[in-house]
Amino acid sequence: MNKPVEDAVVTDANKRYSAGVLRYKQMGYWQPDYAPKDTDVIALFRITPQEGVDAEECAAAVAGESSTATWTVVWTDRLTACELYRAKAYRVDPVPNTGAGTRTEAQFFAWIAYDLDLFEPGSIANLTASIIGNVFGFKAVKALRLEDMRIPVAYLKTFQGPATGIVVERERLDKFGRPLLGATTKPKLGLSSRNYGRVVYEGLKGGLDFMKDDENINSQPFMHWRDRFLYCMEAVNRATAATGEIKGHYLNVTAATMEDMYERAEFAKSLGSCIVMIDLVIGYTAIQSMAKWARRNDMILHLHRAGNSTYSRQKNHGMNFRVICKWMRMAGVDHIHAGTVVGKLEGDPLMIKGFYDTLREPHTPQSLEHGLFFDQDWASLLKVMPVASGGIHAGQMHQLIHYLGEDVVLQFGGGTIGHPQGIQAGATANRVALEAMILARNEGKDIWNEGPQILQDAARWCTPLKQALDTWGEVSFNYESTDTADFVATATATA
Amino acid sequence: MMTNTGQRLTQGQFSFLPDLDNAQISAQVDYALGRGWAIGIEYTDDPHPRNTYWEMFGNPMFDLKDAAGIVASIDECRSTFPNHYVRVTAFDATRGWETPRMSYIVNRPKREPGFGLARTEGEGRSVRYRISSYATDKPEGERY
Repeated sequence: MNKPVEDAVVTDANKRYSAGVLRYKQMGYWQPDYAPKDTDVIALFRITPQEGVDAEECAAAVAGESSTATWTVVWTDRLTACELYRAKAYRVDPVPNTGAGTRTEAQFFAWIAYDLDLFEPGSIANLTASIIGNVFGFKAVKALRLEDMRIPVAYLKTFQGPATGIVVERERLDKFGRPLLGATTKPKLGLSSRNYGRVVYEGLKGGLDFMKDDENINSQPFMHWRDRFLYCMEAVNRATAATGEIKGHYLNVTAATMEDMYERAEFAKSLGSCIVMIDLVIGYTAIQSMAKWARRNDMILHLHRAGNSTYSRQKNHGMNFRVICKWMRMAGVDHIHAGTVVGKLEGDPLMIKGFYDTLREPHTPQSLEHGLFFDQDWASLLKVMPVASGGIHAGQMHQLIHYLGEDVVLQFGGGTIGHPQGIQAGATANRVALEAMILARNEGKDIWNEGPQILQDAARWCTPLKQALDTWGEVSFNYESTDTADFVATATATA
Repeated sequence: MMTNTGQRLTQGQFSFLPDLDNAQISAQVDYALGRGWAIGIEYTDDPHPRNTYWEMFGNPMFDLKDAAGIVASIDECRSTFPNHYVRVTAFDATRGWETPRMSYIVNRPKREPGFGLARTEGEGRSVRYRISSYATDKPEGERY
């Protein structure tokens, strides 16, 4: 790799395919004149080169290792339409605020185009085996991060997309014009099924639309899955009767094998649940299988993004969460946790807007400040409902609606169950805060500035809301985000 | 501590707030009209959560752009059916939506008896649930 050799593409076929090692640029993986086709998959990588390797060669190497190349020349390329199958790195830009004179070593953005025929129709597993496969361990790059992808309409049309989608979910639930409200049952581990169902009942009766299993609630010694499902559905039905409103509990069907997951999902269906849940850690193929099951069985499919921060949080290596959002919309989930801006978990407001737009919009134009590098037509794939969860409370309602809009599930776990007057009171406080804020927004009030007063006014007739504001009104999580935009100065939202 | 509910149907956007007055309803209507949504008025005496199709008090008002006229229609529906549930729904015809975008209750029966829950025990420990409004035990039109 590092020995000084010619850079130019070797055009003489005899030389090009004689045994030995060539630079990736010479092999044809760097093509600055290439104009991507409408049907190409395009990936944008952030590359930190090894010392002494130039950016274009690095980009070519990434293109090569994520498509047809191996470390040495192989003559068998000549049996194929190899020029078509070769991925083409066609543009390299330095990343702003990196390199000499900054605190960060030099990084480059590399644009790489892949022909559609490199990928199996409708398979996230196949797409990712190339794009985030071997290449991430490749020695020529010190670090590598997949920042964004442009998925061509032709490829999107081979995917089912969300099993239910925002529109049909709302129609089924008969809930329009406001965010949905949820809460995760706490403590997340240790409750018996009977005690667990109590939390579900109180939360739903108090005004929440959904309660939720946490990501690591599967089938442990303190609570086996069948018991949990039975008690939760008792709670859901009791709460529906108490309010005359449709209620649900995300029954987590995550398990060791697909057979186990299908068994749990079938049991949830037999009990009349409207929604089941899976974790991101089950893997792309299992997620796609469950999305197809959910479509066949009229079930809403909730995805908890457990595990994503292991590869999405640090800026220099891994992949950006917006790519996960794209893949999950293709794979076919209906809900995905996508950040809160104001809560306890990582989330820069501009980045989160990019995630939410990716999940919900029919078309997302290029917007560098939101981290969206490409125009993306979603080809009528249904909309995914983002879920905001983690350290949020009623006192932030105006900020949550300002940042996240109304097509979102707001999940207040501690902010419901930790209410001083109990779970039902906590749920009611959240529901009243939400409805008061939507009413005010629709009346044309400036909720960003008047929000605290709107909440105080509602608290005058709603004691549970007053108690919630007294308990948590001042709580905020002000830390600097690690995953921020490269193109504008940003600040983490202050609550 | 809070006690059991069941005295108030919580369907719709604003059921946890005090009943909206006409000025508040008018402001919500303006919000919908400003987005090009058409307002429909519907009523029922069967508030079961799966009763999707309430009776239409006329078609959605696609061509009425004036909140005062719509509030007058709401009042007319409420005076015709003073003891029914009446809801206002805003329909969005935009591609990718083509669905209600708002829905809120503007009239309720004086007394809301709530819903009963009947359980039929099945195989193993599974239970089939049936939810029914106490009011719907009576024939349509005599329920509230």
